[in-house]
Amino acid sequence: MAERFTKSMARNIYLGGSTFFILLFLILTFDTQSRAMPERDNRDQLTKQVVNGKHIWENNNCVGCHSIMGEGAYFAPELANVFDRRGAGNSDVFKAYMNAWMNAMPTNVPGRRQMPQFNLTDQEIEDLASFLEWTSKIDDNGWPPNIEG
Amino acid sequence: MKYESQRVAMPYFIFALILFAGQIVFGLILGLQYVVGDFLFPEIPFNVARMVHTNLLIVWLLFGFMGATYYLVPEEAQTELYSPLLAWILFWVFAVAGTLTILGYLFVDYATLAEVTMNKLWPTMGREFLEQPTITKIGLALVFIGFLFNILMTALKGRKTVVNIILITGLIGLTVLWMFSFYNPENLTTDKYYWWFVIHLWVEGVWELIMGAILAFVLIKITGVDREVIEKWLYVIIAMALITGIIGTGHHFFWIGPPEYWLWLGSVFGALEPLPFFMMVLFAFTMINRRKRNHPNKAATLWAMGTAVMAFLGAGVWGFLHTLAPVNYYTHGSQITAAHGHMAFYGAYVMIVLTIISYAMPIMRGRPYGNSNKAQVVEMWGFWLMTISMVFITLFLTGAGILQIWLQRMPESGEALSFMATQDKIAVFYWARLIAGCFFSGGLVVYFCSFFIKGQASFDDEVRGPALQDA
Repeated sequence: MAERFTKSMARNIYLGGSTFFILLFLILTFDTQSRAMPERDNRDQLTKQVVNGKHIWENNNCVGCHSIMGEGAYFAPELANVFDRRGAGNSDVFKAYMNAWMNAMPTNVPGRRQMPQFNLTDQEIEDLASFLEWTSKIDDNGWPPNIEG
Repeated sequence: MKYESQRVAMPYFIFALILFAGQIVFGLILGLQYVVGDFLFPEIPFNVARMVHTNLLIVWLLFGFMGATYYLVPEEAQTELYSPLLAWILFWVFAVAGTLTILGYLFVDYATLAEVTMNKLWPTMGREFLEQPTITKIGLALVFIGFLFNILMTALKGRKTVVNIILITGLIGLTVLWMFSFYNPENLTTDKYYWWFVIHLWVEGVWELIMGAILAFVLIKITGVDREVIEKWLYVIIAMALITGIIGTGHHFFWIGPPEYWLWLGSVFGALEPLPFFMMVLFAFTMINRRKRNHPNKAATLWAMGTAVMAFLGAGVWGFLHTLAPVNYYTHGSQITAAHGHMAFYGAYVMIVLTIISYAMPIMRGRPYGNSNKAQVVEMWGFWLMTISMVFITLFLTGAGILQIWLQRMPESGEALSFMATQDKIAVFYWARLIAGCFFSGGLVVYFCSFFIKGQASFDDEVRGPALQDA
């Protein structure tokens, strides 16, 4: 680097630049969380059942195989839109589907990927279904591109 | 080694390498499960093996960073470590807590683990990479704080160099951002938003400060280039890292709920994120070209150049490939993400830890000029085997990702293949990745073998090379 560009100039770019962008990031975070998100994440539908469903989702490490809104592992299907894919957007259909699916696991088909049996109660499966239904209704800029996730 | 207390870095490095071996074993299990779905089921389901694979990575890199810090901070500050005893105590606390957590994953059903560790009281478990029980997270926070105290007390009583200041800034950032792992709101979108404060702002933020500082330290030592020059480069690199990386967090906010302006911010700043990694390549090669000495530890020099190049490829190029929102719309959460993750972590953080180990381990073992030529040749074989294998792992996963997107993401609903049908179609890439993974493991064995070769380089090896006076 040219001699005219000194170490203290480099340091000032570092300090000034990072301070500016940390502040900008905090302002954007404030705007995102306080103004934008309440209109996008359908939080008025965030019932006790949905919250319980999220805990069941976490306590069984579902994200260790599946992705949800594209985040997680890539070993098993995306689940943020499974309500639309398997429940055709109908709560009762989806809950019945979930119950049948969770109780049928594992398939034990030789050589196929296996989903463990989590021994959830009917109520827990219903809560989990509510959580996935709520998740499917978040405004996520139109992702995924199609129903297959 | 100038200060006796630097030696406390040794157990950290050794334990890091043991965990590295464990990580690779589980990587092979996962690779096989991708093609033989019921392998080890139900004893070790995929989610357990993955959790062990990724958590071992995080923990061993942290051991590596801590070892690097204990080694270089006293040398830079020109003083003994404040408390070697505290460093030893924290080593055992961290090692025992980390090992117990991994054993918990393997031998206790995850839901039971959540129950016995009373996750209900303060739920933080079950989120990607943050699967640790809350009690482990608290332990980790205490280890970080104790470690920072020890390092700050050391740095404050000695010479204040830019390398030390930046390394410690990175470590403080790491500790502060870790606190977001305790925040798990009931609203999934808020949870995800702040989850990235740990994940992104670690690996695309403060960890780059740590990497830059370690690289600068090793370059000062092996090239003999004037500290002033190296420190100026270091400032420019970390300035770019933070200027691009902080708003660059936005490239994770595209599809998880935040508003549309993040599509622009994430794309623009994400596209600039390769810059600091490109600067690191220029930095490493320019300094080595202008070297004032030919350090006999050629293996360490190779690792220093390697980490810069591979970090640029993995984090920079493979990150850029899918950072633009219109592209990410199709690639998000596909095997492209996995391809990028593998090469970025290996290039930037695995290799920087192996760089400082390559430089510091021989010195701590009483070989001030490095290992014997034979040992270095074996180590360099390990370098090339692991690095080339990782390139192939990345290429095969990229192939899998492109085909996955083509079959599953691009067609309209109704015409697109389902996730599982797509996985069957791309299995050949997974087999190829598994073979590359086996070569990687072979490279790791070769690398480990280099530690058991006796002998050391001598001062004569240095003067035998061409002396560069023009730099």
